[in-house]
Amino acid sequence: MIDRRDFIHASLATLALSGGTLSGYRSAIAGQKITQEEILKFDAKGQVTLIHVGDIHSQAKPIYFREPSVNIGVGDALGLPPHITGKAMLKKFGIKAGSPEAYALSSEDFGQLAKTYGKMGGLDRVATLVKAIRAERPNHCLLLDSGDTWQGSWASLQTRGEDMVKIMATMKPDAITGHWEFTYGAERVKELIDMLDFPFLAGNVISNEWEEPVFEATKMYERNGVKIAVVGQAFPYTPVANPRWMFPDWSFGIRDSLVQEHVNKARADGADLVVLLSHNGFDVDRKLATKVKGIDVILTGHTHDAIPVTINVGGTLLVASGCSGKFVSRLDLDIKGKKIAGFNYKLMPVFSDVIEKDADTAKVIAETRAPYESHLNEVLGTTKNSLYRRGNMSGTFDDLICNALIEKKDAEISLSPGFRWGPSLIPGQEITNDDLYSQTATTYASVYKLDFTGKQIKEILEDVGDNLFNPDPYFQQGGDMVRVGGLSFDMDARKTIGKRITNMRLTRNGKDLDMGKTYSVAGWSSVNKETGTGGQPVWDVVRDYIKEKKVIDLKPTGDIRLSNG
Amino acid sequence: MTKLKVDVLDRRQFVIASGAGAAAIIAGFSSAAHATPETAAELIKKLTNSAKIAEGKIKIDLPEIAENGNTVPVKVSVESPMTADNYVKTVHLVSEGNPGPEICSFHFTPMSGNANAATRLRLARTQNVVGIAEMSDGTVYMSKTQVKVTIGGCGG
Repeated sequence: MIDRRDFIHASLATLALSGGTLSGYRSAIAGQKITQEEILKFDAKGQVTLIHVGDIHSQAKPIYFREPSVNIGVGDALGLPPHITGKAMLKKFGIKAGSPEAYALSSEDFGQLAKTYGKMGGLDRVATLVKAIRAERPNHCLLLDSGDTWQGSWASLQTRGEDMVKIMATMKPDAITGHWEFTYGAERVKELIDMLDFPFLAGNVISNEWEEPVFEATKMYERNGVKIAVVGQAFPYTPVANPRWMFPDWSFGIRDSLVQEHVNKARADGADLVVLLSHNGFDVDRKLATKVKGIDVILTGHTHDAIPVTINVGGTLLVASGCSGKFVSRLDLDIKGKKIAGFNYKLMPVFSDVIEKDADTAKVIAETRAPYESHLNEVLGTTKNSLYRRGNMSGTFDDLICNALIEKKDAEISLSPGFRWGPSLIPGQEITNDDLYSQTATTYASVYKLDFTGKQIKEILEDVGDNLFNPDPYFQQGGDMVRVGGLSFDMDARKTIGKRITNMRLTRNGKDLDMGKTYSVAGWSSVNKETGTGGQPVWDVVRDYIKEKKVIDLKPTGDIRLSNG
Repeated sequence: MTKLKVDVLDRRQFVIASGAGAAAIIAGFSSAAHATPETAAELIKKLTNSAKIAEGKIKIDLPEIAENGNTVPVKVSVESPMTADNYVKTVHLVSEGNPGPEICSFHFTPMSGNANAATRLRLARTQNVVGIAEMSDGTVYMSKTQVKVTIGGCGG
């Protein structure tokens, strides 16, 4: 039997996801093997190498991750990366359908290509790449993590983030910023930060009462004679998108003018290179780059986009390194006269089957998982089709959660949050507890059941819709669209709040949603303390449902009819 | 499982409830009377004795999205000398979406040194906050800033 690694070696095109320009793709030579060496291959440049990861969401082990097929850009972001998906994405970047790049970067033929190319990520593999880059470029490198790293698995939930702090420590990061990290509560965040050998940077967080800085904003480094300032920007809408009661004394926000102050101070302190380590989300950073002057590089996060080139916005380079440990970005910079004189960039895909495991990191992963290993590996059922979450409007794993809520909680309609995190399962794969927690492991996962009128349901959906599709990215608040079970509707992203959603109908009988009538609604993940915590956790409900059904057979429902021109 | 009843009558309150995969729902599914751009304009007319109003000079610093509509920090500043014959007399903040349009007025003298002020607002819903600056020479300036008050809760 040919093992997967041999198979890949024998049959596939090279993985030159190199960039800065598209020529990296075009020069990809068919017939070369995918190897660790090939993934790492890079035309070194200049004095500084930035290594970027983010949105790992506690995915320590290799995973499958289907990139979104629906990712709509509105306003100025219309038709721009990352809002190009599927075949259009492949065409835009000159990627051949069925190639390793196509598998890594798009949703096209996901289930099938996953069987060819295998899993991606695994932090022991990520560590191998990081250490190899460092070995090649001693005293050139900074490893920067744009956050959402400490949440998203059962081990992280049980250890309140400590497992990830230990695992990441093996890679010796130079800085991190945050978002879901805050959902362990203010006290715990401070405890975790005390465990770090590097700073947690969040210049946009101030105390509510006195408006004083809560965290360090900026850290200065020197590499190879270049003074580098890294400014941290935590997710600006953490208190809106997540439970504010968990960190009641902290205020966030984009705070352009404060970012500008941090940048100006860094320059005044002699910085040759200014990097924003950001959890703003890609479209917010694209706008911020036009408003804040003097940032050379923004290492973006939050929206989980994997873009194979850097995006230049008025001289600021934006880097988007995907999520779940699926990619590692390397950006080499040649700095002359406090400006970028040249650069090379590569979004390195972490093909788990061809990258060696780093022994130190693998050991810590094994140790942190050990107390939960047998529980995590318990098989609950099997899925017939791909289960995934990512996408603006819906995902099949969320459909599974919504169906479970309706059936087990005897509700007419169900709601599940539009989180972007959570890996995918491929056709025929067993569903384990580990997989279930990867979609649900939050500190406010209680199930609720409430009565809402049709009018209230419409107002909720319109409100969330505006948080996703407001043409000004500064008014986009959080994740993807709230997932809805039991209800179908038309969504026009281009309209304004109150007018986007029409033709709301109950899926069970095709009847129009009556604005005046009351419906029972089951959901989970309320940001309200009383509703979001203390009740039955959603994983218990979904676990029971999967065990009963044994085989999950879900395809995209088509219940949300999207018109986006 | 928690079961809460949602029958809130007034948008000024934050309702305890949840939905949208989330959320403290910002209440008020009611149609109670509110300030509108028109009632705000009427108030501004009254405050300024129907003076001609130019855009600019006044800067209102508000978050794009309120973290807590009950207490939204605001900073207002007017670009102007503060000398005996040329200074900012008064700055008004006016709501286009609260139950009433009046928010507050700040009075300055040349002795103030600058025309900067900060306070916290209660905002009932997504709306424009209008800032009006009356200068000592009788000229009046205005600018508007939108603040979004949202259910939130679908945290990425």
